[in-house]
Amino acid sequence: MRPAGELERHGNMSGVRPGTEGMVLEGTEAEELRNKLETISRELRRDIVRMIGLAGSGHPGGSLSCVEILACLYFYKMRHRPGEPDWPLRDRFVLSKGHAAPALYAVLARCGYFDREELWRLRRLGSMLQGHPDRLRTPGVEISTGSLGQGLSAACGMALGLRMDGIPSRVYALIGDGESQEGGIWEAAMLAAHQRLGNLTAILDNNGMQIDGRCCEVVSLGDLPAKWRSFGWEVQEVDGHDVLEICEALDRADAARGPGIVIAHTVKGKGVSFMENNVDFHGKAPTREEMERALEELGEEA
Amino acid sequence: MTEWELRNTRDGYAEALLELGEKDPRIVVLDADLAKSTQTEKFKLRFPERFVDCGVAEQNLMATAAGLAATGKIVFASTFAIFATGRAYDQVRNTIAYSDLNVKICASHGGITVGEDGSSHQALEDITLMRAVPRMKVVVPADYYEAREAVKAVAYLEGPAYVRLGRPKAPVLFGEDYRFRFGKALVMRPGRDVTVIACGYLLHKALLAAEELAGEGIEAEVINLHTVKPLDREGLLESAARTGRVVTCEEHTVHGGVGSAVAELLAEEMPLPMRMVGIRDRFGTSGEAEELVEHYGLGARHIAEAARRLCHGDNGGKPRR
Repeated sequence: MRPAGELERHGNMSGVRPGTEGMVLEGTEAEELRNKLETISRELRRDIVRMIGLAGSGHPGGSLSCVEILACLYFYKMRHRPGEPDWPLRDRFVLSKGHAAPALYAVLARCGYFDREELWRLRRLGSMLQGHPDRLRTPGVEISTGSLGQGLSAACGMALGLRMDGIPSRVYALIGDGESQEGGIWEAAMLAAHQRLGNLTAILDNNGMQIDGRCCEVVSLGDLPAKWRSFGWEVQEVDGHDVLEICEALDRADAARGPGIVIAHTVKGKGVSFMENNVDFHGKAPTREEMERALEELGEEA
Repeated sequence: MTEWELRNTRDGYAEALLELGEKDPRIVVLDADLAKSTQTEKFKLRFPERFVDCGVAEQNLMATAAGLAATGKIVFASTFAIFATGRAYDQVRNTIAYSDLNVKICASHGGITVGEDGSSHQALEDITLMRAVPRMKVVVPADYYEAREAVKAVAYLEGPAYVRLGRPKAPVLFGEDYRFRFGKALVMRPGRDVTVIACGYLLHKALLAAEELAGEGIEAEVINLHTVKPLDREGLLESAARTGRVVTCEEHTVHGGVGSAVAELLAEEMPLPMRMVGIRDRFGTSGEAEELVEHYGLGARHIAEAARRLCHGDNGGKPRR
């Protein structure tokens, strides 16, 4: 049901958000934003490494590559209420590449969706933090994912549902490049373009690797920007570790008339020297010693 | 012999959708380029803003349905049973059911009676697949009225559900006043010698079989198991305890289907002689619906024969309890 009262109180929420269209982030404010998001990103990385290290299993590579993307979404772009996860006017986030769950958990905990101490029980029996996101167990998780190639479709459904209700919230979906080998991604791409889902933004964590090796060696994805463009999406490309570039791209996406995708060029395992561009750390936890070394590299806890 | 009125279960579905859509703005319908066949087109014409054609993309259809349901919609997702449950199984399992979302998968063209299109379009294992998914409810209506009422009931059950509809027109067994009770096995004809459990298109065959058996002095109790999951354990056990013999009927594989569901219950609670009328580890083939029913041994005479053999001690006769 449409929360009419809430909509009225947020009367300026239709269309483009005030002051964000095509805005270039610069000056002191931009520097402050950069510092804030970079600090958060470093803390998220520490949590991810520790969480997976303590769990003894998980996917560090693809979690570390999407840290800045999640930081920008949750600490800059999205309207959401950690104390009220079901707030009807919230923006939605779908982690289509569900194996990056540790990154999502880290950011949700830091926002206050649940106690950060929960992170250290990742993947344990009875934990609210499953190996892959479970909407019934974890506050802030919009839909359960893990089987690849389905989250973007679910995001389409959310975008359609919000539009039917006249709710001006946006839907963000984070997909992987390896995941883009799933046909379902392209089925969703067609539907979103056909339906002109201007309230849907996909972000591609383009880290170039998958379990069996480099994507280009397993099954080439070809010219991804050209592919998305030909499917009718508005395409932007950014350095996926440059927080201001990401924020600007997300802001620009607000004005899109149809669905948009931000192709974020990232480094798998980013931030930990021995994990960076190392296929082995796609789905392997660091040993206790490796975990300590990684935490040392990531610097002191803020 | 009685002349039976014939009507599509799909039309009952379409009728229910119109009724639901009229009074509840949360009702949304999705189809995958089969709206004319599944009959969702009627909803599309009445409520175009709440209908989405996903094209020939069943996997996307199911996961999109999940996303819509996550925004508070009650979503009906329709296509042929073979695609809804087979092609898109992973989306149904992982994105709809694991997320426990209000998606009602109403699939037409279930079973061998799809007919001439042949094996690629005949879902013979859809009940097996859906029954295996936690949280999924499974309903197989037998006629127009039961389909209509079942769909309306399922709309307001929490979580995912699967409704299996047929292609051919089915004999009308119920009327305007039929009250569908989800999860409750319905005794269509009482009897004391053998319990015949059927659903969907074969329920009518089971009733014909009971008539045939009555002529030989065998009183068959015919049960309409419209809700295959959750199983009405009490209702089935009560009948089985009285008759001591059970026959199940399905236009579906016996591996994991209706017969298996009943056998799982009886094996644990009340082991007794049982026979399953159904398809055994075979693919379908082209032909007319009624021809196929005969060809695969699913007709009234096959059901009667299974019951007869049980009653005449071919399978141990009386319960061994």
